[in-house]
Amino acid sequence: MYHRVEPGLYSLGDPTPESPVFVTANYTLSFDALRTALKDFDSYILVLDTKGVNVWCAAGKGTFGTEELVSKIESIGLKKIVTHQRLILPQLGAPGVAAHDVRKRTGFSVEYGPVRAEDLPDYIKTHQATEEMRRVRFDLKDRAILVPVEIKNNLLWALPLPIILFIVSGIWMALLVLMIFVAGVVLFPLLLPVLPTKHFASKGIILGSIAGLLIWMVRFWVDNWSFGAVAIGYLLAYVLLISPWVGYISLNFTGASTYTSRTGVRKEIFGFIPVIAVMFICGLVLLALSSVADSMGW
Amino acid sequence: MEAIPMIKLEEVYKTAINTLEFLPGKCANCGMCINVCPHEVFRSGQKRVEMVHGEACMECGACQRNCPTGAIRVDSGVGCAAAMISAALRGKKEVSCGPECCD
Repeated sequence: MYHRVEPGLYSLGDPTPESPVFVTANYTLSFDALRTALKDFDSYILVLDTKGVNVWCAAGKGTFGTEELVSKIESIGLKKIVTHQRLILPQLGAPGVAAHDVRKRTGFSVEYGPVRAEDLPDYIKTHQATEEMRRVRFDLKDRAILVPVEIKNNLLWALPLPIILFIVSGIWMALLVLMIFVAGVVLFPLLLPVLPTKHFASKGIILGSIAGLLIWMVRFWVDNWSFGAVAIGYLLAYVLLISPWVGYISLNFTGASTYTSRTGVRKEIFGFIPVIAVMFICGLVLLALSSVADSMGW
Repeated sequence: MEAIPMIKLEEVYKTAINTLEFLPGKCANCGMCINVCPHEVFRSGQKRVEMVHGEACMECGACQRNCPTGAIRVDSGVGCAAAMISAALRGKKEVSCGPECCD
């Protein structure tokens, strides 16, 4: 909310009336990416007032939109500053801007450049974006950048809960919650494409099951358990506690990805939330039963 | 004699998994949808654009907004479970990114 650039027209280098005009949001990182990519080009940068929100999210809300663009072109008097009538917009601004309407209302034609500002130097040579420049990616680097954000968003429970559980019931429940945190918040974003199945929730449930099995194996070895009803009860309990929770965290990662649709996510919520709830309740019941059986020395 | 490819004006192409609809009868072949789509859903064709990966659509709405002839319809919105769940919990209908979410 505090990463704002003052909206308006900026000149980069030493632009002339023939220099190109690039449009962006007034989010610092969007603006910086653009001016870094254009450091060797004399040009104008038109910054729209998107309330400090990035291009893609602002376009979805409509603040990076036709109305704002038209009003900025008029209030700045862009027609008097440049002789041409062309604007280059980031491709991801397209959900908010109707190019044909902008042309009708201002005379300026809108050209959608590449998704990433870093491709602009190549784009300017031909004014033709390649398929590669048009495609949105979500590779390991993109996903790794999100991990610290995910950690921050989940600290509210991930910090106090292990401490509370450690005091109330000892090391294993605390470790179990830490395992959920590591699997759901750190590993899931990194492993997303290699996890089997299509849905985020089921991918998370699979990852969580492996995490549950792992922590059970450690305890089996550390506590020198013998293989019997109690040990199996704990195994099922761990898997049924960890996997739905990791599945839920994973489901919430849909919005961070670059390819989920509203229709798809809605179906996934309705399909998986009941499953997740039932699994978790079964896990709690099994944990209680196993603990009782364990303490009675079965 | 070679058959002339014909298309009904009101023909609608849909996908099974999202709300994207393409009406080739209205397409003027300007190619704007190809330019704005982040997932290569459309491909240029002879007389009109072709919808080739409709199932990859993430319903961002860019193609619909930039189609000058109204040949594309999509119920656009954010594919974000966190936003939908938080909106449902707060009893709000409007689901979007922004200060209330992810900030």
